[in-house]
Amino acid sequence: MVEKKEYPLGGVIPKGGTAHDYSTGGWRKLRPVVDLDKCTSCLICWVMCPDSAVVTEEGKMAGFDLEHCKGCGICAAECPDKVKAIKMVEEAE
Amino acid sequence: MAITATKGQTGLTGNSAVAYAMKQINPDVCAAYPITPSTQIVEDFSGYVADGEVTTELITVESEHSAMSACIGAAAAGARVMTATSSQGLALMWEMLYIASGMRLPIVLANVNRALSSPINIHCDHSDSMGARDSGWVQLYSETVQEAYDNVFMAVRIAEHKDVLLPAMVCLDGFITSHAIENISLIEDQEVRQFIGSYNAKASLLDTDKAPTFGAMTLPDTYIEFKRQQSEAMTRAKGAAIEVMKDFGKRFGREYGLFETYRLEDAEAAIVVLNSAAGTTKVAVDALRKEGKKVGLLRPRLFRPFPWQEIAGALKGCKAITVLDRADSMNAFGGPVFSEVRSALYDLDPRPRVMNRIYGLGGRDYKVKDAVEVFNEALKAAETGRVETLVKYITL
Repeated sequence: MVEKKEYPLGGVIPKGGTAHDYSTGGWRKLRPVVDLDKCTSCLICWVMCPDSAVVTEEGKMAGFDLEHCKGCGICAAECPDKVKAIKMVEEAE
Repeated sequence: MAITATKGQTGLTGNSAVAYAMKQINPDVCAAYPITPSTQIVEDFSGYVADGEVTTELITVESEHSAMSACIGAAAAGARVMTATSSQGLALMWEMLYIASGMRLPIVLANVNRALSSPINIHCDHSDSMGARDSGWVQLYSETVQEAYDNVFMAVRIAEHKDVLLPAMVCLDGFITSHAIENISLIEDQEVRQFIGSYNAKASLLDTDKAPTFGAMTLPDTYIEFKRQQSEAMTRAKGAAIEVMKDFGKRFGREYGLFETYRLEDAEAAIVVLNSAAGTTKVAVDALRKEGKKVGLLRPRLFRPFPWQEIAGALKGCKAITVLDRADSMNAFGGPVFSEVRSALYDLDPRPRVMNRIYGLGGRDYKVKDAVEVFNEALKAAETGRVETLVKYITL
């Protein structure tokens, strides 16, 4: 059991940026998979991702932060029709 | 409105006195929506704002839900916040009342007691604040204009007390107290400032360096711990209230306690009643005492937290007690004050007879003859040890 004193008064989280420490990847049912050969790094997925879970390296698409990706599929839907580099696959598979 | 006092005395209505107390406190923010019978509090106070007599940011909102929401936002930003309402206004604040207390924001609200609809009614009963009794707010009740005025300052101190940090509500009877002019003693502005001190919030939404989060989600792994924390703060609020009332008495000469007793020491029968009806009851006590009947009164002032041990201690000598409720819990078992007082007395040995009478709903007059009737019935129960009717409506 955690001691009471560790609970901040009124549920205030005393500092910012703590969402990063909380893993939400476990909520995911569908996992995004990117085909980097097809991907043009237009980064529309990076703009649209509500969980900031698209990882980039030197301005190019590099994959996903699966600790925080909830599998909503917005990236796959927003990937331009001519490209369609992202597929959502069942986590169960 | 300019208020002039002669030798510190002035005639004020309950509403004007509360507004004047708010002016003296000069809170950082007041978000309010006027409603009968508390309208004049907000009206007078907005005059003080317009005239530059306070530096308060007055937020005029479109509803009481928004009023309390704005109070919560401002309090989370670290402001000292006050508001006022009545009846449906308090009802519309409902979900936000719990959020204010759960977030441990020491907002002070003046509630001018008025009946809840339906049927619609603008006059006094306690169904509004009694409905909010479990919302985690400290509740202080006031018999007179003077007491309502004094309670506002004490509420600020209790709410902001380091051991408490809970919102507090000052209740006074609609029209009976809110609109009656009484001669009261005012406290000097300087003395008010010294008594309430300054408020330094532990965390502020505006602190961009730390960027704290307010109102975060808690799941089954933490929610109950926060509720226990809140409950313990409410338990400590009793001690804080005693400390604050003592300091108030020392500074200003008006002594207040958790409750008031009147000729209770050797009483065989007693009435327990809140707010203005206690004044009427005291007249009946004096009349019956002249006839040699041993009757007395207990008037709770601090209802949340409920000082049950002290109340039981004060009533332990009585053989019969009638609790008067100006609200019905609609549980087919009487009013809220009755349930709690009766529960507080359960461990007494011998256990007094305890009855409940629901009176004065929707502003129905409660007269000295009503109090005398209640006392006579209680005296009969004290003599026979039998209660004929546990719960019933009077003043019908």
